[in-house]
Amino acid sequence: MSLAYYPGCTLKTRARNLEEPAVASMEALGFKLEEIPRWNCCGAVYSLAEDDLIHQVAPIRNLIRVKEQGKDKLATLCAFCLNTLKRANLLMRENGEKRNTLNSFMDEEIDYGGEVKVVHILEVLRDEIGWEALAQKVKLPLRELKVAPYYGCTLLRPREVAIDNVEAPTILREFLEALGATPVDFAESTRCCGSYQIISNPDDISEYARDILNSALSHGAEALVLTCPLCDYNLGQGQKELNKNSGFREMPLLYFTQLLALALGLDPQVCHFELNYGSPESLLREKGLFS
Amino acid sequence: MSVKEEKKNPVETAVKEKEQVAAKLIPIYIMGKRYEVPEGLTIMKAMEYAGYILVRGCGCRGGTCGACGTFYRKPGDYKLQVALACQKTVEPDMYIAQIPFFPANRALYDFTKLTAAPEEVFKLYPELFRCVACNSCTKACPQGIEVMDAISALKQGNIAEAAQLSFDCIQCGLCTSRCFGELAQYHMFQLARRIYGAGIVPRAEHLAEMVKAVNGGKYDRFLDVLKRVKEDELKKLYQEREVEPMVAGEDWKPEDTTYL
Repeated sequence: MSLAYYPGCTLKTRARNLEEPAVASMEALGFKLEEIPRWNCCGAVYSLAEDDLIHQVAPIRNLIRVKEQGKDKLATLCAFCLNTLKRANLLMRENGEKRNTLNSFMDEEIDYGGEVKVVHILEVLRDEIGWEALAQKVKLPLRELKVAPYYGCTLLRPREVAIDNVEAPTILREFLEALGATPVDFAESTRCCGSYQIISNPDDISEYARDILNSALSHGAEALVLTCPLCDYNLGQGQKELNKNSGFREMPLLYFTQLLALALGLDPQVCHFELNYGSPESLLREKGLFS
Repeated sequence: MSVKEEKKNPVETAVKEKEQVAAKLIPIYIMGKRYEVPEGLTIMKAMEYAGYILVRGCGCRGGTCGACGTFYRKPGDYKLQVALACQKTVEPDMYIAQIPFFPANRALYDFTKLTAAPEEVFKLYPELFRCVACNSCTKACPQGIEVMDAISALKQGNIAEAAQLSFDCIQCGLCTSRCFGELAQYHMFQLARRIYGAGIVPRAEHLAEMVKAVNGGKYDRFLDVLKRVKEDELKKLYQEREVEPMVAGEDWKPEDTTYL
C-alpha cells in the first residue's frame, strides 16, 4: 500500500537515522512511503503572526503537491513538520479569507481547501496497522530494554493538531509495548526541550536537558525514545555540555523508528546508530539486541 | 513560372516584392514612453529602432549571455511577464522595462579550497535559508527553469540536483530581483554547478588514459606515415576510412584494430 510521504529537510541531512529505518520498517509492514514530488521545506515553524501569509505558502504548497497526485493523505516522520503542515492545513480549512488570498497568490498552482489529511507515522501504526498486528510482526522483542517515551511538544500541542492527549499521552507507551520493550513513564515526558532556543539561549537548553534526563533516569530508564530531530539535537547537545562541565552521564537517545526496525528484525545497518547521541550500541549489545 | 517571367530583372522583382511587404508598425512602451515600432522586431531591435543605443543590457544577442533580462506587461493584466530582449518579438502595447544589472550578493571564495559538501554552499550563502518557497523566482525566469525547486534541492543538500535543474541558467538575475528572501539564486547555482563538475560528477577515466597514451607517443608512428603520404593517397585513405556507425553497441570494434 502506497502512502504519500513528506520527509522534510532535516531527515535528508542530520536525521538519516530517523528516516532510513522508517522507510525500511514501513516497507516490511506493507506500506511504501512515496516521497511527494517537488517538495519544499515546510517552513520549520508555523508562523504565529496574525497577518503573515507568506510563511504559510511553503507548507501549503506541499499539501497542494499531494492533492495534485490525487492523494488525500500525507504521512510525516518529523514531528516539527507535522506540526507546521497540520496547522497550515487547518488555516486553509477554517479561514475563508486567508484561503482565498493564498490561493489567489499561488495562482500557478491548483486551488487548495484543506482536502489533504496530515498524519504522523505513529498514527499510521496505531490506526491503520494496529498494535496487535504490529506485535505479531515483531521478530526481535526488545526485552529488558527500559526506555522512556519522550514526546516533546510538537506532536501534542496545540490541542487542535495533537495526535494524542497532551496531559496523559499513551501512543508511545503502546508502541513500545507492541515491540516488547518496557516503557518507563516519567514526569517530564511532555516537557519542552527548548526548541529553537538552542540558538539564542543554549545554556537554558542544557538545563532543560538535565531536568528531562534526570527525571527519566530517576524512574529507571536506560534510554530515551524520541520522535523529533530537534529534541534529539537539544537533548544530545545538552547532555554533552553537561557531561563536559559536570560529568553528567550521557543517556542513549533513540528514534522510535530505529527501535521499530530492530524489533522487526531488519538489518541494523539501516538504523545508522553511529549518528545517535549517547552511543546506544553498547546498551543494545548488552541487551542482546545488537551485535 | 513562364519563360517571359524568368527573363525579368531579378533585382527589380525582389525590390518590388519587398515594397509590397512593408512592416506594420505597432505601439510599445519603453520605460513608460510610447513608440511605434515595426512588428516582427525583437524587443532589443525595437529599442534600437526607437533610438536607444544599448551599452548595457545587451550582449550576445543570441539568447545565451543573460544580459538582456526584461520585464513587461500587457494592458489590463496585472501579471508580470519576463523575456530576453534579444529573443522575444514585440507585441502591441507591451509595457517594457529592462534590468541590465541587479546588485546580487556574490560570495568570494577560493574554489580550490572547497570540498563537495553542501555545507560549503550553506556557509557561503546563509541567506539560502531565507527562502519561503514563494515561487517568485520561478515566475521571473526567462529560461523556464524551476528556480524554487533548484533552491529547494540546495537546501536539502542535493548539489547534483541543483546543478542539473539549473543547467539552462544564463545568469540574467531576474530571479534575484524578485526574491523575497534576497537570495542570489544564480550565484548559488553557479557554485553548485562548479562543485558538481569538479567534485561530484565521475571522472572519465578512459579519457585520462587515452590522453596519457597519446602524449606517450602511441600514435606518433601512424602520424609520421600520414605526413609523408601524397595528397591523392591521403584523400583515398580518408574516404576509405572505417567509421563507427551512428548507432553502435558498446562492444563495437573496427575491423582494422591496428590503431586500438
